[in-house]
Formats: sequence, C-alpha cells, structure tokens
Amino acid sequence: MQLDLIEDFRNPEHIKALAKLIKKECKTKINVMEICGGHTHTIMKFGLSQILPDLVEFIHGPGCPVCIMPKERIDHAIALATQEDVILATLGDMIRVPGSKTSLQKLRADGKDIRSLYSPLDVIKIAQENPDKKVIFFAIGFETTTPMTAVIIEQAIKLDLKNLYFHINHVSVPEPVDAIMSGGDSRINAFLGPSHVSVITGYGIFEPIVEKFKTPIIVAGFEPVDVMEAILMLVRQFNEKRCVAENQYTRAVSRKGNIKAQNLINKYMEKRSHFRWRGIGDIQNSALKLKDEYARFDAEVVFDDILPKEPIDDHKLCICGDILKGNAKPFDCKVFGKACKPSSPMGSCMVSSEGACAAYYKYGKISGKGLK
Amino acid sequence: MNKKRITLSQGGGGEETSSLIKDLFFKHFDNEVLLKMEDAAVLSIGDYKIAFTTDSFTVSPIFFNGGNIGKLAIAGTVNDISMMGAKPLYLTCSFMIEEGFLYDDLETIVKSMSKELKVSGALIVAGDTKVVPKGSVDGLFINTSGIGKIIKEGISAHNLKRGDSIIISNEVGNHGACILAKREDIELDMELKTDCATLWPMIEALINGGIKIKSLRDATRGGLSAVLNEWAETSDICIEVDEDKIPVADEVKGVCEMLGFEPYEFANEGTMAICVESGEEEKTLEILRQFDKTKKASFIGKVSEKYKQKVILNTPWGSARYLEPPKGELLPRIC
Repeated sequence: MQLDLIEDFRNPEHIKALAKLIKKECKTKINVMEICGGHTHTIMKFGLSQILPDLVEFIHGPGCPVCIMPKERIDHAIALATQEDVILATLGDMIRVPGSKTSLQKLRADGKDIRSLYSPLDVIKIAQENPDKKVIFFAIGFETTTPMTAVIIEQAIKLDLKNLYFHINHVSVPEPVDAIMSGGDSRINAFLGPSHVSVITGYGIFEPIVEKFKTPIIVAGFEPVDVMEAILMLVRQFNEKRCVAENQYTRAVSRKGNIKAQNLINKYMEKRSHFRWRGIGDIQNSALKLKDEYARFDAEVVFDDILPKEPIDDHKLCICGDILKGNAKPFDCKVFGKACKPSSPMGSCMVSSEGACAAYYKYGKISGKGLK
Repeated sequence: MNKKRITLSQGGGGEETSSLIKDLFFKHFDNEVLLKMEDAAVLSIGDYKIAFTTDSFTVSPIFFNGGNIGKLAIAGTVNDISMMGAKPLYLTCSFMIEEGFLYDDLETIVKSMSKELKVSGALIVAGDTKVVPKGSVDGLFINTSGIGKIIKEGISAHNLKRGDSIIISNEVGNHGACILAKREDIELDMELKTDCATLWPMIEALINGGIKIKSLRDATRGGLSAVLNEWAETSDICIEVDEDKIPVADEVKGVCEMLGFEPYEFANEGTMAICVESGEEEKTLEILRQFDKTKKASFIGKVSEKYKQKVILNTPWGSARYLEPPKGELLPRIC
C-alpha cells in the first residue's frame, strides 16, 4: 500500500499553495462540472470550494452509478431477489436504494438472500458454494467496474458455472455529458474528468466532447491536491485561450487507457440502443448489455417474464435534473433535507453518498460557497 | 402484507439506532434514569451511588487480531461503568452458545475474560449458560452486566460548556478497521490490531490526579463521530475539532481509503473521548501518556457555541465541514 500517496496528496502546504496560485491567476468565471461523484465527495469532504475564489463554481455531475439507476431497474433487482432459491449479489449502496415499493435492504430483512459485496469476484465463490441456488449478480458501475464484471463472466465460462446470471447496468461517461451539454441551456464551460473511469478508457475518450462543445476537460485524481491542481490547469487553459483534454492524474491515466480491460469488455458486452438515466432521461448508446451469444447468462433474458417494463419517474417536486445540468443547487430544492433525506431519498442525487444532494446533506452548508 | 421489520441499519449505532431506541424502547420503558442516555445508569442506593450497565457481544469473527469476543465483553462493560467515574466491582455474564462450538475455543475465550478482569479488579459473581440448536446463534454471543461504585460524581454527557477541551485517548478506528479487514479478507502489509482495552486504570489515574473531568465516553459503535455528536446534542453546544490533531493509524487510513469509510465512524473498544475544563489539557495528556494504551492521546478541539448541536471538523488548509453522526448500515456485528 502506498500510504505516502495519501499523505502527499493531502498535504496542507501543497493545498494552500495551489489555492494561492489559483486565486492569483483566475480571471474568468469557470462553471466546472465534476462529472464523477467521487470528485463531488472530495470537494465537499475537504471543503475545497471554501478555499477557491468565487469565480470557480462547481456543478455536480451525473457520475454516480447508484444515483443514476432508474427506479424500474431497482424494481428488476427486487423482482429477481423475491424469487425462490435465488441469491442476489450487488455492490455498495445499491442495497439501500428504494425502488417503487421497497428496497433490497428491506427485502433482506424479510428473509430474502441478498448479499452486499466489496469484491465482485466473491460472486464466483457464492455460486460455487450454492449449486442448488440461482445466483444473480446485479452489476452496476461506469467503465471502472465493467472490466471486473467481464472477468467474472470469463471465470464463469471457464468454471462452467450453470447457476450464475448477470443483470448488467454498466453505463458509460461520455454520452450523458453529451446529453447534458446538448440541451443548450447549460452554464457549464469546463469539466473535471473522472479518475478511475479514465484509468480504463484513457483520457482520449473525452476529446470529442472538448471538440464539440469547446469546453476544456482535465482528468484529475481524487485527492484534494489533485482537484486543486486540475482547477489550476483549467484556469491556465482559460488564460492562455487553449481548449484541450488534459491529464492531471498522470500517475494512473494514459491517453489510450487499459487496452486489455477494454478488449475484455468488448469480448462479452456491447452497447445497448438506449438506457434511461434517473434525473436525465433516455440516452442512446449510454450503457452496455451482454452480447447475444452470452444470453444464457443474461438475467434480463432468462428472467424476462418477471421483470417490470414500465418506466417510473421521480416525484415531481424533485429537481435532480436541474441540479445535474448545473441550473440549480441542492439547497434550491423544496424537499431537500425535509421529505428527501439519505435515509428516504426521493431523487437520484440523494441516493448514494456520492450524489450531490447526499454530499451537501452530509457535510453541510459550511462546505458551500458564501456560507462559511 | 407490508409489515415493518427490523433492519441491520437499526443496529449500527448511528442515527437509525437512536430512532429505534427513542421511538420504541424509551416510549415503553420511560423513566428518568434511562432517559439520561448515559453509558451507564447512575443509581442511589442508601448512601451509595452506583453505576449500572449491560452490553451484549455478537462480534463476527469471534477471534481477531489483538482480542476475541470474551476480552471485548469484559472491557466493554467495565469501560461503560468507568465512563461514569465509577470503579467497576461486580459483573454478571451470560453465554449463548451454538451447539457444536469448540470447547477449546470457549476455554480460550473464558481465559482471556479472566485475564481482562484482572486489569480492573472486577469480579464475575453470577452467570447463565444457554446452549441452543445449530443456527440459532452464530457460534457464541455473550452478555455482560455490571455495577461499579462511583468515586467521582458529576461526570455526565450533559455537562459540556463553552471553552471546555476535548481529548481523545488513542488513535481512532483501529477496532472497526481490524474487524472489517479480517471479515473481508483484506491482506495488509502492516499489522492492524484492535484497540480493545480496559480503561479503568487510566480513569482512576485521572481522578486521583485531580483532573476536572466534565464527561467521559468510550467511542464504541459509531466511533468518535457518534460520541461528539451525542455530546453536542445532549449538552446543546457545538464541538470544533481539528482534523490534523485526531490520531489515525496509517493502516486504518488505508482500509478507509479502499472501502470508502471515515476513521471517525469506525468503532473503537478501548479508546475514549474525554471532556475536561479549559486549562486541564496538558495535565490530562501527561497522565494518559504514562499508560501504553493511551500514550497516543491528543487534544483535538474545543467546545463552542458556533453551530449548536453540530460537530465541526476544521481542515489544516482553512476549510471546515460538519462531522455528521454516522448513518445507515455501518458495519454490522462489530461488537
């Protein structure tokens, strides 16, 4: 474990020095969307907006795989887990998120076998140890976690596991960013690119967005020094009238990314024609599915007859869509912190700890601008 | 059809646990002593004041680095009594054992309980044994209850006032991180060990040293964050702590980074938060640092009235945020 990595990238002197440079050099209003929920978390947890000039405003993006999951797909997980002799396995916060009627967590308290995994590979062991049960992996995540699902599929084939199925909810980053910008009413004029997604995809994947919308993008690491340095790089692009995709996270990200992982994904999965994003809506080619030749593993094919098909919208008071476009802040929402809380989320941004509303709720107003 | 059921998050020691306790148990067991919500109840019997408490232990795994369920069962209850300024005297102990449990393992556990009792001098004076069919409990659950004689009156979570100082007795998060790493099979290059320890000797030394203690709390489930938030709420004050003064082991930082936790929310089993009057910090630290288990004690912050009932975490680069009480399904069966 590289612990000095944490210490160095949280070094107070480095952070203060970067804040000073940004303050000195920043001349333009920068409305920067941090695409990834991990960055939202970093910005709020370390109170970075408090030490940045008012010219830099963060707009919190759609990059949290749990938050963007529409209710009807959570209902899929619930329908799958409700069957007899089924073990449903998934990751992290997914278990808490309410569908239209209940959540996986409540279903588990009702006695259904639902496992929350830290390591997705554990699902292989679960399938081996329970040959008489159908084990369904509810796979979620952006490009970061997709290769891991591909590895599990490869293992399942190698081990000839007949009782393991996959419900694929893997989504990709560029398409929703394009959708948000194409709306025409967005104030966003710069991006912080996601760290771990870019490890897999390479930062080159964002070049078309820079080209199309004339918005610079800096792929940055998740530590406070990373984010501060990336903001400085943005400030300098604006000052020098440049507009390119740049890489701050050089210790992990290359332009082309992890080709081996990309090949593995492409071996088993292909683009879905469309996927409905919670808070944003239907976006073409924004998600993956298993290729037809692996349909025997595909929970959406095998259990098709029990899966609900109707889309379910969030409550009409929820303004997550506007928050994601940068046209509103969590505090602008009438139900924020009242009817909508992390324990009973009404909209996507409150759902996972990486969502914008959840981060505002957790770390409080003192992390916001002007409320110091 | 849709019956309400108990969820794991209601046992996590965070906000949901508080609601369950307040909405159900306090509603039906309503009385003045219970509603004080101290680590142990303070009771007057004749001329004596005693502290009385109980705790059940369900930790999984039963054996972990630096301790086991038995050591935890003694230290936990002894510490809860000690937090009221009381010398732990007598404990009761109940074993709920699953059929098929290894005799040798049980003996190892009982031996470590006996060893841990010697640290405070408390005795187990009554007990109960139940063996239940396979599947009824997971290996072994232990309950301990205990009483102690209060030798320093007036220590309470309701006492904090502006200007008071907050001290933490050790690194935070070691127990939670150790259990989690073991349960999730996370291999670490470095050694991660529970902080499980009996804290009575340190508290006795603080009392004998004449330290003006306002409140004591062992930072078990919900960690430092839960303790500070409870204090802020019960005393209707604000607590401001400096992030860089809170000691956290590198190993714990590593586990937190990997799994997305905060060390302040991880359980401890031998680490306490101490609130003392202003000016008592140095003397308190001097006494604590004489003991091996509290030699990393640190003065972490002050009581203020900036944002009432809130805990503020100040970063070393001049920003601040709330340290919210932990929520959700933290880590089940950590103790």
